[in-house]
Amino acid sequence: MCLAVPARVIELLADDEATIDLAGVRKRISLALVEGVAVDDYVIVHVGYALQKIDPAEAAKTLALFAEAKMLDSPA
Amino acid sequence: MSTVKRDYVRPVDFKHGRIDMTHGSGGRAMAQLIEELFARAFDNEYLAQGNDGALLPPPGGRIVMATDSHVITPLFFAGGDIGSLAVHGTINDVAVSGATPLYLSAGFILEEGFPLADLKRIVESMAAAARAAGVPVVTGDTKVVEQGKGDGVFITTTGVGVVAPGLNLSGANARAGDVILLSGTIGDHGVAIMSQRENLSFETTIQSDSAALHTLTAAMLEAVPTIRCLRDPTRGGLATTLNEIARQSAVGMMLREADIPVRPEVDAACEFLGLDPLYVANEGKLVAICPPEHAGQLLAAMRAHPLGANAAMIGTVHADDHHFVQMETAFGGRRVVDWLTGEQLPRIC
Amino acid sequence: MKYIAEYRDGALAREIAARIAAEATPGRRYNLMEFCGGHTHAISRYGLKDLLPAAVNMVHGPGCPVCVLPIGRIDNAIELAMQHGAIVCTYADTMRVPASGGLSLMKAKARGADIRMVYSAADALRIAQENPDRQVVFFAIGFETTTPPTAVVIKAAHAAGLGNFSVFCNHVLTPAAITHILESPEVRELGLVPLDGFIGPAHVSTIIGSQPYEYFAEEYAKPVVIAGFEPLDVMQAILMLVRQLNEGRAEVENEFTRAVTAEGNAKAKALVAEVFDLRKTFEWRGLGEVPYSALKIKAAYARFDAEARFGITYQSVPDNKACECGAILRGVKKPTDCKVFGTVCTPENPLGSCMVSSEGACAAHYTYGRFKDVPVKAA
Repeated sequence: MCLAVPARVIELLADDEATIDLAGVRKRISLALVEGVAVDDYVIVHVGYALQKIDPAEAAKTLALFAEAKMLDSPA
Repeated sequence: MSTVKRDYVRPVDFKHGRIDMTHGSGGRAMAQLIEELFARAFDNEYLAQGNDGALLPPPGGRIVMATDSHVITPLFFAGGDIGSLAVHGTINDVAVSGATPLYLSAGFILEEGFPLADLKRIVESMAAAARAAGVPVVTGDTKVVEQGKGDGVFITTTGVGVVAPGLNLSGANARAGDVILLSGTIGDHGVAIMSQRENLSFETTIQSDSAALHTLTAAMLEAVPTIRCLRDPTRGGLATTLNEIARQSAVGMMLREADIPVRPEVDAACEFLGLDPLYVANEGKLVAICPPEHAGQLLAAMRAHPLGANAAMIGTVHADDHHFVQMETAFGGRRVVDWLTGEQLPRIC
Repeated sequence: MKYIAEYRDGALAREIAARIAAEATPGRRYNLMEFCGGHTHAISRYGLKDLLPAAVNMVHGPGCPVCVLPIGRIDNAIELAMQHGAIVCTYADTMRVPASGGLSLMKAKARGADIRMVYSAADALRIAQENPDRQVVFFAIGFETTTPPTAVVIKAAHAAGLGNFSVFCNHVLTPAAITHILESPEVRELGLVPLDGFIGPAHVSTIIGSQPYEYFAEEYAKPVVIAGFEPLDVMQAILMLVRQLNEGRAEVENEFTRAVTAEGNAKAKALVAEVFDLRKTFEWRGLGEVPYSALKIKAAYARFDAEARFGITYQSVPDNKACECGAILRGVKKPTDCKVFGTVCTPENPLGSCMVSSEGACAAHYTYGRFKDVPVKAA
């Protein structure tokens, strides 16, 4: 697996590129590997390319799954 | 510096001129450059003596001397340049030895072809930093190397200071039970520099934290004269400095990741590049090892100073024959914070 | 940082860890292999082992493309720079890997070879455009995550008619490596390496999707849970694997649903299929020859194949005799089982693939975990 970070698209640029933002750090990356990306979408960025869009609904579901552990009986 | 006649043909062209071999030859061109740039910028009574060495009054205490060479690229970066960095760096080395910095010297190795406009900018920045810190540059040297044999400019600064009686700071003094304090956020300088390197460029508002720490150290030592050790984590970051102290004192350390201050932007930049902020360079931060009974007082003194506003207690010292620096991760596990292997490089994996 | 911070919550981690401990069948051992180097790194960096019950045994897999890159291929990259005078652009990960003759890309650079670190394949393309009178070679490494960007730049070079750009292709494939491990005698026949389930790679899976792992679950009856890169993702995936094993299931589950679908990234896969072909076989450091496990550049784009352009021949270079990397990569041995671990072989002076990259099992253990091998007295 490779080092990749989820970042927010803040501007779409010419030549299939975009500016992404991660906590105030901005970088110009390529959208050549994805389709239908809009401003405010989150994408996973690896070596200067967006690999995939992040699905916010699924992300929320995953967090809920983590929290489930709390609701089940824990050992005393 | 020997006195030279003032009948120069024309003043140094700082706008378009470049360094050439005559500027290092000891002749008229060099003397003119020294007078019109260095002497004018650094301007103080010792430099004005005009001799090869500065004659200084007796220091009134034990002397600390420290030297640094500066080879940084890029020469100009957000929050500073090689000149201000040189001044701050050497003042800090003297200050963390527990001394009040008194004087600086500055040696320049200039590459043939280096633009005089850049040199002027660097020298004036150094002069401003020295003046703001109250530590004059009292003597210096200039040499020129052929084009291709130098990275524009290399600067070597040496500083001397005097230590108050009774103070005995050393990296060998840390002992079990001591508290480790950090004066502020880590990784700012390294990230600011990296953001300008070609092939890595990203935009950020992070600035280098380059700063002179001597007024902070003075305030700290006044509040808590029993501080065991002070050190400024530069190249290799906080992790390297703590490993050095652990080895020197033959102790182990336990840090708390959640208590180590890191700016969100620095965190983000490190995420992108696969770097660990613990190993990224700083130029305006220090680490203090303090007896536990005085740690609270020391923290308060640090936070009362503008350069210590984000100061925090980040860990403790304990007995350990292996001298490991360990860390409780914010996540709840434990890991070793080891020595840096080679140079920290960005990674894709 | 959104989509990062909430997946690193320590309190949640303890809850999930308690769940895992509660649901682990007493007396049973759960041997789980995390295939990916990124997961190995996360486990070490966050100290996840401290949170897991002793019943869970994490086995480190070979999913580190730098670790499995044979010495001979690094020799080829150095040759391109030193003998052929090309500008060799590489990801920083490869710079320090020791190659033959006491060299590495870093050392070759110190001797004057024009080797440049790049963050992106696009940077290599740009360097080629800026230096029309020099040959520029991009040293392409990585699994399926890193391959699509290489395909993009090859196509761009083709469209621009760039005559001085080529790619030295070392892209490798994840499923082939997993098969190789599962087919190894120690695992399949002898049962020497108990491997009960896999944590599937995160970012590779965003590209290839979850579908390719169905084969392993069926053929070898081992559950696979694809996990995100963050520590909570890994913990949750371990819980899901424990549950599958308890229930006797061997399915592919996806914990990383926020970025992985069954199909993956069709656009990226199509680009890769357009530019690359499968190599019949490829040597993986530590694993030997693995069939259909790596990619080469298709004939249509042969102009951009550095191996063709420069007539590069590959020479296999064996590892140090004392090196146990092969066994460690297959999960048969642990770093501490290797005689030279931490003594002759260290991150500063790595002898084998596991120590070379910070994600290799040995490097990760040395850097983050070896303090656990020795008793430490806290004051």
